[in-house]
Amino acid sequence: MSDHLDTKHENRDETDDPATGEEAVGGTGGHRKVEHARTGEHGELVRDIELADASGAEEVGGPTSLWADGWRVLKHKPLFWLALFLILAMVVMAVFPQAYLWFYNPFPDNPEQAKTFCTLSNSVQSPNAPNGGRPSSTNWFGFDIQGCDLYVRTILGARISIFIGVIVTLASVIIALVFGTLAGYFGRSIDAVIARITDIWFAIPTILGGIVLLSVLRDRGMVEVAFVLTLFGWPSMLRLMRSQVIAGKEQDYVTASRSLGANDFRLMVRHIIPNGITPVIVYATIFIGVIISAEAALSFLGVGVALPNISWGLMISGAQDRILQIPQLLFFPGMALAITVFGFMVMGDMLRDAFDPKGR
Amino acid sequence: MTTTTSVPSKLSASTVAGHDVDPDAPLLQVEDLRVEFTMPTGTVVANDRVNYQLDAGETLAILGESGSGKSVSAQAVMGIIDSPPGAITGGAVRYRGIDLLQLPEKDRRKVRGDHISIIFQDALTALNPVYTVGFQIAEMLRVHRGTSKSEARKVAVDLMDRVKIPSARERLDAYPHEFSGGMRQRVMIAMSLALDPAVLIADEPTTALDVTVQAQVMDLLAELQAETGMGLILITHDLGVVAEVADRVAVMYAGRIVETGEIDDVYHTPTHPYTIGLMESLPQLDVKGGRLRPIPGSPPDLTRRPSGCAFHPRCRFAQQVCVDKDPELRIPAASMVDDDRLAACHFSEEIVDAQ
Ligand SMILES: Nc1ncnc2c1ncn2[C@@H]1O[C@H](COP(=O)(O)OP(=O)(O)O)[C@@H](O)[C@H]1O
Ligand code: SF4
Ligand SMILES: [Mg+2]
Repeated sequence: MSDHLDTKHENRDETDDPATGEEAVGGTGGHRKVEHARTGEHGELVRDIELADASGAEEVGGPTSLWADGWRVLKHKPLFWLALFLILAMVVMAVFPQAYLWFYNPFPDNPEQAKTFCTLSNSVQSPNAPNGGRPSSTNWFGFDIQGCDLYVRTILGARISIFIGVIVTLASVIIALVFGTLAGYFGRSIDAVIARITDIWFAIPTILGGIVLLSVLRDRGMVEVAFVLTLFGWPSMLRLMRSQVIAGKEQDYVTASRSLGANDFRLMVRHIIPNGITPVIVYATIFIGVIISAEAALSFLGVGVALPNISWGLMISGAQDRILQIPQLLFFPGMALAITVFGFMVMGDMLRDAFDPKGR
Repeated sequence: MTTTTSVPSKLSASTVAGHDVDPDAPLLQVEDLRVEFTMPTGTVVANDRVNYQLDAGETLAILGESGSGKSVSAQAVMGIIDSPPGAITGGAVRYRGIDLLQLPEKDRRKVRGDHISIIFQDALTALNPVYTVGFQIAEMLRVHRGTSKSEARKVAVDLMDRVKIPSARERLDAYPHEFSGGMRQRVMIAMSLALDPAVLIADEPTTALDVTVQAQVMDLLAELQAETGMGLILITHDLGVVAEVADRVAVMYAGRIVETGEIDDVYHTPTHPYTIGLMESLPQLDVKGGRLRPIPGSPPDLTRRPSGCAFHPRCRFAQQVCVDKDPELRIPAASMVDDDRLAACHFSEEIVDAQ
């Protein structure tokens, strides 16, 4: 409730026009009268001045120029391009793993094996393993315990991590958009109910809630893990959306629109959400990275997606006991995970810097 | 001021949002309006016994210092009081005889923008920064009339021409921040007139503008009113702005109307000390080296309204009775020149005689 009031207050200060401060009766009234008389003769002249003035008014910023300004800032930042590159590389890996595999032949001598990319005889612990199971020019990342090509597995592991990150974030954003907007816009009892439930839910740590709930689930696949992470992950997103709506509904253009006949739905969808969504987009980008690491953590703890699914978290988990003897088991999936999370986090930071300078 | 021959098209309809109009009723009549805000520090009576009437083609100026309740009375007419904390606790707002306060929200919304429209002080904040001005003007027609996209754009260009935005067609796709203050206010006016309303409320429409631009916007409003025959309520804290365009004036102080009448009459023979104060604080053009006397003190905090006549702490005519008894709004007797005058002062007659 207190952040409700704070936001409202902040907003008052912001929208308070300096002109109101000058409001003293009389004031320059007489001068205005003089001007009024004068414009009859020089109306055209004054109008021209006003137009000339219009071209110089660009510095007054709104979200539109904010997007343009943001882009102007972003395109000169190497880190933005790096993050964009990493994210695109990982998303392609998740959606079209073939893009990383079509040219890769882990078993040049035995094309039949390539279909499964695993043979126990290639296990790093087997004496027959090519190059002792270590990385080589044919098997770039070496082999794992089961004799699977580690490069292939690392590529295939991207799907679950990235899909879970994106699905959980999308679901949380949708929950936030619907319920955060309703709570912030209507206030009163709707807000009291939604905000209280959110606060209570917010108090449960995502990982802890995930461990408890997932440990009772037998078949843990991508859908189950995504569901549980969404279940405990949405509150922060909703709180952000709600505060954006509370600030947004105080804006003059919302009042103006209402005065001109707009209904609640239109006010929310046309005016409040488009103007308040930027910080949510920024946070959602970071959130994808957070959820990807949460998924890995759950898998590492043995309550994430279960075998035979392939996921980076599972691979890292399987590497636990052999890190010193066979470092590639940890190194490659760990790097893939780190690069992905890094990409989303940096992208979020870049977007924040560009679009939400106050949040720095 | 303007003798109008045109009548708003709205007035030919016999129902408003499905409710029958009273053909003999005035265009807009506010009766004993009372608006309260419940604040942690106490209850603020922002409007108390506010009465005024507006006919088609007429311009009513509502004049008063900042905080006197002008905007609140406009919000009450529009039905957009910030609630909570605000609430209309009494009175009626009759549009062509229909009490808007009794209408369900759904019907009320049909009146807004369509029959009664409003423009605000600061058009930059009153326009949505993420949409082009053309889109926002066209939106009015699409929401209320279901006009097609392309048709609405055409009408938007016409409207922008009407409010004299140069090269309207090219500027249709510009964003509000690309316009100067005066041009933005014209966009706002175009939006508010899109549906040909019978009543337009302009809440300090020129306060945020440069002096030169103020006069242009004022001229435009007067011109558009003459064209359409709508009733215009001009809210301002600056008598100088309205003197030339208004027909009647209602002076507000501490949430009440303290004097109303024909603007020229009020200007020449004010019957309330507050009105006199407003005029004396205005630099006189015609009187060389004229007295410029600001009203002493400041408007009251409405949570601690002074007893009796709320103006008494600042009034140079105040007597004991002013502290004890709240003066009713009444027709000042005998010495008055016009019978259309109302004032809320115990000593209106004496004040006129003394002038
Ligand atoms: N949204 C609000 N919340 C609380 N009080 C308000 C609100 N709007 C107006 N008021 C109260 O009503 C008084 C009159 O305000 P207003 O009508 O805006 O004055 P003005 O004559 O300057 O337009 C204010 O001084 C304030 O005490
Ligand atoms: S009633 Fe008394 S205090 Fe009020 S305005 Fe008249 S003279 Fe002044
Ligand atoms: Mg005001």
